[in-house]
Amino acid sequence: MTSRTVLIADDNRMDRMVLTQILRKEGYEVLAAVDGVEALELYATSEPEIVLLDALMPRMDGIEVARSIKQQSGDQFVPIVFLTSLTDADELARCLDAGGDDFLNKPYNQVILKAKLSALERMRQLNVTVIDQRDQIAQHNNHLMHEQEAAKAVFDSVAHTGCLDAANIRSHISPLAVFNGDVLLAARSPSGNMHVLIGDFTGHGLTAAIGAMPLAEIFYGMTQKGFQVGEILREINHKLKQILPPGYFCCAAMFDFNFHKRVLEFWNGGLPPPFLYRHETGDVEMIPSTHLPLGVVDGAKFSERTQITDMSVGDRLFLWTDGILESRSRSGEMFGEDRLREVFSSTSESNGLFNRLIEAVNAHVGEQDLDDDLTIAAITMVEEHEVSARVATFEASGQIGPEDWHLAFELGPTSLRVFNPLPLLQHILMEVPQLRPQGGKLFTVLSELYSNGLEHGVLGLDSRLKRSAEGFAEYYEKRAEALATTQGFVRFEFDCRTSATVGELSIRVIDSGEGFDYKARENVSASGNTGYHGRGLPLLSSLCRSIEYQGKGNEVLVKMDWTLDASDSSADPAFVH
Amino acid sequence: MAVHAELENEGSAVRIVVEGRFDFSAHKDFRESYEKIETPVEGYTVDMQNATYLDSSALGMLLLLRDFAGGDSAEVSIVNCNTDVRKILSISNFEQLFRIH
Repeated sequence: MTSRTVLIADDNRMDRMVLTQILRKEGYEVLAAVDGVEALELYATSEPEIVLLDALMPRMDGIEVARSIKQQSGDQFVPIVFLTSLTDADELARCLDAGGDDFLNKPYNQVILKAKLSALERMRQLNVTVIDQRDQIAQHNNHLMHEQEAAKAVFDSVAHTGCLDAANIRSHISPLAVFNGDVLLAARSPSGNMHVLIGDFTGHGLTAAIGAMPLAEIFYGMTQKGFQVGEILREINHKLKQILPPGYFCCAAMFDFNFHKRVLEFWNGGLPPPFLYRHETGDVEMIPSTHLPLGVVDGAKFSERTQITDMSVGDRLFLWTDGILESRSRSGEMFGEDRLREVFSSTSESNGLFNRLIEAVNAHVGEQDLDDDLTIAAITMVEEHEVSARVATFEASGQIGPEDWHLAFELGPTSLRVFNPLPLLQHILMEVPQLRPQGGKLFTVLSELYSNGLEHGVLGLDSRLKRSAEGFAEYYEKRAEALATTQGFVRFEFDCRTSATVGELSIRVIDSGEGFDYKARENVSASGNTGYHGRGLPLLSSLCRSIEYQGKGNEVLVKMDWTLDASDSSADPAFVH
Repeated sequence: MAVHAELENEGSAVRIVVEGRFDFSAHKDFRESYEKIETPVEGYTVDMQNATYLDSSALGMLLLLRDFAGGDSAEVSIVNCNTDVRKILSISNFEQLFRIH
């Protein structure tokens, strides 16, 4: 053990000598001062571990010295013991107030002095340990924050390729939300629909963040390729089940906004119900969780079955993770669903709702740690032209592709039941360089043609059912029923002629259905019936040069053509408004 | 937070009793309560009689127990849930994986 230095200050020479003797015998290095001023000088130059002060001294008394030493020593614990013959309680209290840690009565008792010094030494050691550990923790924390910032930067570059900044989305996400396990993603599909996913991983920190990466990649990648909500969810679920340790999973809800048909497709696995706010009536519909969270079970046990509801322009979907419900007030009370509903029933104007919601949570939580763990978003159903054209564009390259070709692709009943052919077709077509600039347009046309051929042709569903909200649900029930037993087919035939500057693509879709009286329908269309329950014809005619029904109405031939402007090869006229 | 396990039905089943807040702090105790049992066990019952709250890491622990008990062939019941606990279990649709009464 290295010897400790003790500073003693006493104006009485005898006392000073006695104390010095005792301490030296105990192995301490002793510095002796004759008054307060000298004590401070010695303290500054030699930084003793323990200080013994006479309370009453000339020039500067012990109390003043104690104050000054405590101020200089800062975080370090320098025990100060007052040497005193005082017995007045007020005087003794003043010594402690000034920073004294103990007293030693004159005349000195060697046994007590020894015991006190070793007790103070233990306290000092404890303090050194605490300060060391505090510094270590601060250093670790610093390190962790750096790592989190770097990880967040990586995550952001993956996650922010989306369209959370679209005009119809409002969102509030804490800057480090990904480390609370929260994810909020939005992207446009090639058909112009908007996919939104909100997720909440179990746990905190890096464990929670790590699953967000593959989730975001799959979400953006598959959305861009034209996959549907159910297909994307199945893929994400499979991936998470594969990579997350047992017991970790992601509560999530995913949505598809179809602005053209004003339809919302949804799936909720384990998140507290999002609210669908009806603009006209002010009513709120909850979107309950009907599935297991993502990453819990795989294979046949996982269900990607989505549901569908219609939305009017102005209707808003409010999303959140459980952070909002579990925000606690100072007394520990959670915000809860009742307060949430109260905000919705007391706010009449839909535009103010989002802000009101955040205000209400902040008011509940109080000043402490404002909205640190909140992820909230609101997405409004708007007119199609109000959401700008942030659709994936496929870059035209200088590659040479086929210029005169024919392609046929026919789906039999089993394929119709389990397979969505659109991403596959889109993928193949986009391998033809001259078609890439037409990507978004082409995808929309194919989607429309395929859903017409399948639903109205093969399955014989009546689109008029979709005019009412109840009919809507019935329509999709019937669709599932008919699909389960169908023996039909849908056939695509592509015929394409392109050169470096112009191109023409014919798409013929033939279905196994009964057909329909297209001559009568054409008249209805002409009379201005443009509801979404039609055969999507207005949309198709805006994208194609011609649409022609043939045969008994089970065949449709559309023709698209284009002139390739070399200076603006990625422009997609269908989505530029 | 306290967890303990007891054998029942002549040792063929285990009852795990959870008390207080069922959250990450219970992780070690919860796992040990069933992992330390050395005799073969057919079924597990998690008794929530005195559990006041559970969070998502508790849901994760229940999944771990289910895995330990044989995954899809596991016999795991969750019993005596209060309203809050029940609600959290049903939002996550855990009735698809556990028998919940």
